[in-house]
Amino acid sequence: MIMPVILWTDALVFLLVAVVLTFALYARSKPHLRAPWRHVLGSRMASASIVILLAYVVIGLLDSLHYRAPLENNGASDEVHYGVEVLSVLDYLLEPLHTRTEKTYSAPFATHLYTRETIQHPDGSQTREYPRLTWGGRHLADPEADFRSDILVRVATACLQALLLSGLLLLLLGFWLARRTQYTPGHAIRSILAGRTRTPLRVILLTLGLLLLLFCLALNLSTAYHVFGTDKVGQDVFYQTLKSIRTGLVIGTLTTLVMLPFAILMGILAGYARGWIDDLIQYIYYVANHPEKFETALERADIRLLFLCIILGITSWTGLCRLLRGESLKLRESEYIKAAVALGVSHAKVITRHILPNVMHIVLITVVLDFSGLVLAEAVLSYVGVGVDPTMNSWGNMINSARLEMAREPVVWWSLLSAFLFMFTLVLAANLFSDAVRDAFDPRLHQR
Amino acid sequence: MFAYIVRRVAYALPILIGVNLLTFYLFFVVNSPDDMARLHLGVKRVTPEAIDKWKAERGYNKPLLYNEVVSGSAKLTHTIFFEKSVKLFAFDFGHSDDGRDISHDILERMKPSLAIAIPTLLVGLLINITFAMLMAFFRGTYVDVSGVVLCVVLMSISAMFYIIGGQFLLGKLLRLMPISGYDTGLDALKFLVLPVVIGAISGIGAGSRMYRSFFLEEANKDFVRTARAKGLDESLVLFRHVLKNAMIPIVTGVVVVLPMLFLGSLLLESFFAIPGLGSYTIDAINRQDFAIVRAMVFLGSVLYIIGLILVDIAYTVVDPRVRLS
Repeated sequence: MIMPVILWTDALVFLLVAVVLTFALYARSKPHLRAPWRHVLGSRMASASIVILLAYVVIGLLDSLHYRAPLENNGASDEVHYGVEVLSVLDYLLEPLHTRTEKTYSAPFATHLYTRETIQHPDGSQTREYPRLTWGGRHLADPEADFRSDILVRVATACLQALLLSGLLLLLLGFWLARRTQYTPGHAIRSILAGRTRTPLRVILLTLGLLLLLFCLALNLSTAYHVFGTDKVGQDVFYQTLKSIRTGLVIGTLTTLVMLPFAILMGILAGYARGWIDDLIQYIYYVANHPEKFETALERADIRLLFLCIILGITSWTGLCRLLRGESLKLRESEYIKAAVALGVSHAKVITRHILPNVMHIVLITVVLDFSGLVLAEAVLSYVGVGVDPTMNSWGNMINSARLEMAREPVVWWSLLSAFLFMFTLVLAANLFSDAVRDAFDPRLHQR
Repeated sequence: MFAYIVRRVAYALPILIGVNLLTFYLFFVVNSPDDMARLHLGVKRVTPEAIDKWKAERGYNKPLLYNEVVSGSAKLTHTIFFEKSVKLFAFDFGHSDDGRDISHDILERMKPSLAIAIPTLLVGLLINITFAMLMAFFRGTYVDVSGVVLCVVLMSISAMFYIIGGQFLLGKLLRLMPISGYDTGLDALKFLVLPVVIGAISGIGAGSRMYRSFFLEEANKDFVRTARAKGLDESLVLFRHVLKNAMIPIVTGVVVVLPMLFLGSLLLESFFAIPGLGSYTIDAINRQDFAIVRAMVFLGSVLYIIGLILVDIAYTVVDPRVRLS
C-alpha cells in the first residue's frame, strides 16, 4: 500500500478545484451567467485555448496527488516502511523519464553524450570520443544507421495512433450531439466537420487532435530518447518541464485565491461605507503596494512556494481592491440600492445580495487576466533569487540554469527551448482565454 | 494648484510613515539583527562574540525603540529605529553592510540606469503609438486582426526570453554589439544599444494593444463621427481628433512611471551587467545586504508617491476639463 501525502499547496489546489466546480454548477442554473459563458465558448480562439488550458490543468492535478511509496520489505518484520521521497501520480506515470538519468548534458534525440570522455579500450589504447548514452537510443544497435528509420517508424506509429484516437473522439462527439439534438449521428458528425455547431466543436476537436498527436509522439519517442535532451546532472529536460507545469499553475491560481477574500471585502467595504473606513483602506493599500520588501523578508521560508503565493497575493490585491472600491462607490448611488436601503434591508444584506453579484464580473476578469502575468512573474522572481526553491522544478529555475550555458560551444539550448515552448503555450492560451472572458463579461464592451 | 500640491504632499507623509514602519517591522522584528548577522557570517563562523562584533560594527547593537541606558532625548535617538529608519526621511541612507556610503552609490548608479531607461521609454513609446495607430487606421480588417494576434503572441513571451534571445542573436551570432558590459562617457553608447532595443521590443505587445484600445475608444465617439461626416480625410481625423484625445491616457500612463525610471530595470541591468540601480538592488538581495534593500524600498515608495502626484498635475495640463480642487 502507498501512503497518501497531502501537501499544503495540494490541499489549496483541490480547494480551488472545488470552488471552480461549485461556481460552474451554480452558473449553469442561472441564465444571466450562462449567457456570457456561452459567448466565451462560442469563440473559436477561446475554446481552443480552454482545451489547451485543461490539458495543462490535468497534468498539474496529476502532479498534485502525492504519495510516499513503501520500501521493499526484507522479510524481517511485517511493518511497512515508507520512502522519504514524496512522489506524485505524474512521477509514477513518467517513471521511465524520472529514473533514466545520464551523466551530464546531451542534446535532444542524442545517442551520444555532449562531452568527450577518455575511453579505455580492451587492447589498452585510449581514445577521446563521445560515449554512448546509458538510456537515450539504447535499443539501437548501430545509432548512425538505424537512427533515421527508428525515428520515422515511431513518428508514423504516433501519427496513426493519434488519427485513430481522434476518429474515435469524433464518433463519440457525434453520437453525443445526436442524442442531444435528435439529429442522426451521421448528420451530427457532418455538421461538426462543417463547423456548423454553435459551440465550435470542429476547433475543439482539432485542438484535441493536435494534443493527442503530441501525446502519442511523446509516448513513442520519450520512452526511447530524451526528447528535450538532458541537463547538467543528466536529468531528462522533458520531465522537468512537465513537472514545472504544476509550479506555474499553482503560482498563477493560488496567488489569486489567497488575495481574493481580502480584495473583495476591503474593496466593497471601502466603496460602500466611505468615510473613515474608506480612508483607512486606501491608506492600507498604498502602504502595501511595494513588492520588494515582502520578498526579501520572508525569503527563508520553508514552504517557499506557498509563501511566494501569499507574498505575491499580498502585493497584488491592491489593484483589484481599488477597482472594486470604485465600482462600489458607483453602485451605492444607483437607484435599486437606494431602494433596498430605504426599504430597511441591512447593510450586510445589501452588500451580499446587491453589490457582490454586480462586481463579480470585475473579479472574474481580473483573476483571469492576472494569471498569465503571475506565471511570467515566477520566472523573473526565480532569476532574481526570491522565487521558488532552487531545487523545485520550475520554468524560472530552468531558464536560470540554462542561461549560464549559453556561452558554451556548442550552445546548450534545449532547456531554454523546452521551458520557452511550454511556458509560451500556457501563457498564450491564458491570454486568449482572458480576452474572450473580458469580451463576454465586460458590460462596457457590449454597448458598442 | 499650488495649494493642491501642498495638500497632496501632506497626504503622502502618513503613507511614507506607514511604509517606513512596515519595513522596519519586517527588517528588524521579523528578521532580527541576530538573524542578519548569522546569515552574513555564514554557518561556520557563528559565535556569540562574532555576532556581537558584527552588530556593533554596523550599529545594530542598540535597542530597537527605546534606550534606557542613556539619558535625555538620546533615549529615543540612540535606537535602531531612529538611526536606521527615521533618518531615511532625511535621505540619509547610512552605510551598506560592507561599509560603503549608500547615498553616494545611489547617485553614482542612477546615471547608467537613466541612460537605459529613458531611451527605452522613448523608443518604446514611438513604436507602440505608430503600431497602434496603424491598427486603429485599419480597424476591423485583416491588418488589425493579425496585429492584435501578434500583440498577444508578443505579450506571451517572457521578458527573459527576449533578453536571452537578443543577446544570442545580435550579440553572439551576428556580433553586432557587445553582449554585456558598460563603459564611461561616449564609449557607453555601444553597450546601450542592445538593452534599449530589447527593452523596447519586449514592451511592444502589451503597450500597442493598450494604445489601440485607447484609440478605438476615441474613434467611436460622437465628435469623431461628426468630423468624418463633414467629410474630413480619415488620416486627418485619426491624427487631429483621435490621437490628440487618446494622448490623455497615454501621457498620464507615462507620467506615472517617470519617477520609477530612476530605479532602473532589474532584469535588463543584471543581464547586461550594467552598474545601475536595478542591478544594485538585485546584488543587495543576493548578498542579503538589508541596509541597501531598505534604502531602495524607501526610495521606491517616495518615487511612487511622486508619480501619483505628477499624474494629477498631468491631467490638468493635457485635459482642460479637469481642474484640481
